[in-house]
Amino acid sequence: MGLPAMALIAMLGAIFAMQPRAMSYFGLTVLLNFTLPAIFAAMAQMAVITVGDIDLGIGPFLSLVNCIAATLLGGRPLLGWLSLAALVGTYSLIGALIQVRRLPSIVVTLGASFVWLGLALLVLPNPGGVPPSWLPALLSWQSPLLPLPVLASVLLAICGELLLMHTSYGVVLRGIGGNPRAVAHAGWSLLTGRMVLYAVAGTCGVAAGLALTGLNTAGDATVGTQYTLVSIAAVIVGGGEFVGGIVTPIGAVIGAWIMLLAGSLLSFLDISTDWQLSVQGGILIIVLGLRALNRWSGA
Amino acid sequence: MSSGIRAWLDARPWIWSFGAALIVWLVTTFVVQGRGMLATLAVALQFATFYVIVGIGQMFAIAAGPGNIDLSIPGVMTFAGYIAIGLMNGSNYGLPAGLAAGIGVGIVAGVFNVLLIQGLRIPPMIGTLASGFVFQSMAIAYSSTTNAPPAPLLVSFSAARLLGVPLIALVFIIFTVFVAVGLRRSMFGRAVLAVGQSLRAARLAGLAVRRTFALVYLLSAILAAIAGILLAAYSGGAALDMGADYLLMSIAVVVLGGTSIAGGQASPAGLWGAATLLDLVVTMLNVMRVGAGVRYVVTGLIIIAVLALAKGSDETA
Repeated sequence: MGLPAMALIAMLGAIFAMQPRAMSYFGLTVLLNFTLPAIFAAMAQMAVITVGDIDLGIGPFLSLVNCIAATLLGGRPLLGWLSLAALVGTYSLIGALIQVRRLPSIVVTLGASFVWLGLALLVLPNPGGVPPSWLPALLSWQSPLLPLPVLASVLLAICGELLLMHTSYGVVLRGIGGNPRAVAHAGWSLLTGRMVLYAVAGTCGVAAGLALTGLNTAGDATVGTQYTLVSIAAVIVGGGEFVGGIVTPIGAVIGAWIMLLAGSLLSFLDISTDWQLSVQGGILIIVLGLRALNRWSGA
Repeated sequence: MSSGIRAWLDARPWIWSFGAALIVWLVTTFVVQGRGMLATLAVALQFATFYVIVGIGQMFAIAAGPGNIDLSIPGVMTFAGYIAIGLMNGSNYGLPAGLAAGIGVGIVAGVFNVLLIQGLRIPPMIGTLASGFVFQSMAIAYSSTTNAPPAPLLVSFSAARLLGVPLIALVFIIFTVFVAVGLRRSMFGRAVLAVGQSLRAARLAGLAVRRTFALVYLLSAILAAIAGILLAAYSGGAALDMGADYLLMSIAVVVLGGTSIAGGQASPAGLWGAATLLDLVVTMLNVMRVGAGVRYVVTGLIIIAVLALAKGSDETA
């Protein structure tokens, strides 16, 4: 976790050197504008990677939540909240399906991504809609001392760290990714574990989609697409390992910041945003490459 | 008796996709009251061909065992499509250069993926996912400099019909036959299935494991490039979202076609049944006048359902 934190400090240093105005309450708020959806998406992805799975549908899932929030949630709040709760339940069931039938998560979540996209288009065929007024208000709330994106990141990282790393059930959940047989032999249900983690992923996905809606103040069935890559990269860059269920919540939050700030750095350096995907994919490759080199020199 | 039928069916996992395609075709025909039965099938075959081309590459990757998958297909397709069509610049004289450059993109992408997977030992799904985004972003950057139409000759080739059957479908049906024979007879084909069944056993048997994996990802990238070039030609030009559906579709045709997701077994013929099925489902939903939303939901659900059912029967066997 030391390395990602240092990379983040270096990036922040470079940004502050180029744009000193960013180093203020409002500067940070603007710079870290889209932090909330990214950190929640990263947490959702982390929950799934904990058991050695991967979620290729989280981006379209954010879009679906975004479309529901921009339509039902304002017009018919009860139906809106019920459908969001149903989505979390569906996520949990996807986890159950993957566990019971021993399916590859990659294909199931890719299939689910089509379902999310289709539902989003059904809820909101054309971009538009209006979210309930409390949602944008919540996202533009000026929290005391630290800007909201910073405050939320710190709180989410601490909560995640406490729940996953410092509770006995957190140890069990991480064990499913590392050594499922041992966990099963110890009398814990792999099915329950996977369902819990997928429900956590669904809940974080809903939070990310709501945050995105509060920032965009409108719905769009394709708005979340980029978050699939961002969330996976955030977990891995933050020190997570795809094999064996090694994850760190603090690392995932730092990883999400790094992926976001990479975009800001590009614009400060006057590089076209066309290259944003390259940079995000490139960071992922470089981090994994460095880790491989590290293993060789260590061995 | 019934166990004989069962064994016969088990040995031919591709049968189901063809059966389902036939049913969907008949339902569609019923909805439109028998008009244009064969035309519907021809159009479905045309689009099925693009799915099958990328599906063949994905089939080799999936057959090579758990964890092997090529997620860079959409990015490679899009970038190869843009490069090839850009160099053709609407002229037949640019055709050789465009084709060479487009396929070159595939080769470079394949080598890059192999370097990530074998050189840096990045898990294939993460490595190919990241490289796919790199190629997609190269296509985004390149797309702002070009808006060229494809070479007329390639357009006619991609849309040509022979006795009512799309020409590229015929070409790739022949190619699929080669693939099917190659899987059984060639050293490479047998090696892919062997590493997919048991990596350890393949290593102990002295197979060139690393070279086999490298060829699998190279083949997949080259096929993705070819699909990108043909699709761009058929659609009158490359588009940034042209590969978007092909990630899921490449996997879907493999799984629906009867290839085991656990690896070690491949079903090339099933690619055609599955691709035609998925395309006919879209046609059927279109003639039923449902929107794009329902189409996506149904496609996604079919894939999850078939996966859940097919995998189960493997376990009980």
